[in-house]
Amino acid sequence: MSSLALAARDTTTMLRRNLLHARRYPSLTLNLLLTPVMLLLLFVYIFGDVMSAGIGGGGADRSAYIAYIVPGLLLLTIGSTVVGTAVSVSNDMTEGIIARFRTMAIHRSSVLVGHVVGSVLQSVLSVIVVGAVGVAIGFRSTDATALEWLAAFGLLVLFSAALTWVAVGMGLISPNAEAASNNALPMVLLPMLSSAFIPVETMPGWFRPIAEYQPFTPAIETLRGLLLGTEIGHNGWLAVGWSLGLVVLGYFWATAKFAQDPR
Amino acid sequence: MTVTRASAPRAVQAATQAISATGLRKSYGDKTVLDGIDLTVPAGTVFALLGPNGAGKTTAVKILSTLITPGADSGEIRVGGHDLATDPQAIRAAIGVTGQFSAVDGLITGEENMLLMADLHHLSKREGRRVAAELLERFDLAEAAKKPASTYSGGMKRRLDIAMTLVGGPRIIFLDEPTTGLDPRSRHTMWGIIRELVADGVTVFLTTQYLEEADELADRIAVLNNGKIAAEGSAEELKRIVPGGHVKLRFTDPDAYRSAASALREAAPDEEALALQIPSDGSQRELRSILDWLDSAGVEADELTVHTPDLDDVFFALTASTVPAQNDQPKENAR
Repeated sequence: MSSLALAARDTTTMLRRNLLHARRYPSLTLNLLLTPVMLLLLFVYIFGDVMSAGIGGGGADRSAYIAYIVPGLLLLTIGSTVVGTAVSVSNDMTEGIIARFRTMAIHRSSVLVGHVVGSVLQSVLSVIVVGAVGVAIGFRSTDATALEWLAAFGLLVLFSAALTWVAVGMGLISPNAEAASNNALPMVLLPMLSSAFIPVETMPGWFRPIAEYQPFTPAIETLRGLLLGTEIGHNGWLAVGWSLGLVVLGYFWATAKFAQDPR
Repeated sequence: MTVTRASAPRAVQAATQAISATGLRKSYGDKTVLDGIDLTVPAGTVFALLGPNGAGKTTAVKILSTLITPGADSGEIRVGGHDLATDPQAIRAAIGVTGQFSAVDGLITGEENMLLMADLHHLSKREGRRVAAELLERFDLAEAAKKPASTYSGGMKRRLDIAMTLVGGPRIIFLDEPTTGLDPRSRHTMWGIIRELVADGVTVFLTTQYLEEADELADRIAVLNNGKIAAEGSAEELKRIVPGGHVKLRFTDPDAYRSAASALREAAPDEEALALQIPSDGSQRELRSILDWLDSAGVEADELTVHTPDLDDVFFALTASTVPAQNDQPKENAR
């Protein structure tokens, strides 16, 4: 077998192991799903009237607000899922089995890539569940073509790969699950400081540049554009740039950390 | 791969030495864990690294098994004929490691752990299933195969651990304290397993803090203390290093003990046990002269035992700063 085929085989084995863990112990995944679903229901049914009054120049109704917030919550779902990734990577590293993997003639980064692929699959599944809740309470896309749906899907996968690689690095530097969960907190905090719930234009002037150029806002605006036909502008490139940048950064960070002598 | 003329002697050496290391060093910050140790383990033999907690045994195993990098100033390290510095992946393909803390995945079943190993050794599905079933049967785990490994007892986890190590058929196996924390029955089971491995021609590198274990299993023993090899040899050779044989007198009456202790200045006292130790090789002639001497001194012990040197004596002699059996000055406070 060529080394690429070996790498693929080892990665598949590691992925199977991670999926087996997720299937045997689904409570972590389900807990993480709770955050975006609760936020969706909270903002639509409790804060909905006030929030909808503030967007689209005022006077928008609740269904307009549902349309506004669902894309943001889909990306927040990814942020929430990767907190679980950081926790499970950190947990995994304390297990003796990882030491065993390190002394076996397997493709080294398969351990991490297995985590990443498993986590991206989990993110996509979670996004579908939260999306389904969105549709159930009235979210509809506006004239999105098949190509736009495909692009939206691609963006979600790319963005979750980006956040996952960074989360794997966070998991590797965390001595235990609690630390991992704390270190990964920005993954759920950043969407709160983005255009997920309210437009950036309604934020204080000094804060606007932060909200506008952090990774979540361009991704949210791009998703909105694809599904709802709003203006994407430079956000598309920003979103792809952020994602690719974070994939590369996270990959090198995580693999370098993993290559170091274990604690 | 082409074998150049220059590397030919290496290949010959590799055929006889399973493990060789010179000047193995490792330190963490200011703390030196391994201070330049030399090791050679001929193929097909059992080598035991014996030492107290914190002596550096686990660090040595971690380095030789490629888990952590050796200190920068270490000499050449070869395992299975491969250079650790340039070809760790080839070493990994040749070795199996069972660590001190069980390296099993507790979240999945014993059988799934075995199949995971089979997959990582790139066995076919059928071959993997066959090997897994065979090893689970051999290590008496077939019944528990479908249960999560986290529910296993200590002995079962250790057996699963070894079974997983054997999936790839390694020719060199590192066992880091394989029986620490096991009950006597599990320990004997583990010894049986290790003897079977040796019978198959596998090279075993073992660490232990139990002298009995090294004595039972190892062809050669190195005593590691404070990061240095304090002594090396077969169990018999090591026992010869230290004249640890003595006659032990035990008293029940503190007064009798004290008068005996003052009469027998050469004996090493043990206040707490009310015992005196007199150096002796245990021969009939020496015993008789000791008995005569005791009679003439008017000492009457409640119990007399003859202690011939064993690895314990070697161990304590090599790992402690003072050797109780040879200390003829009564200590004020033996604690």
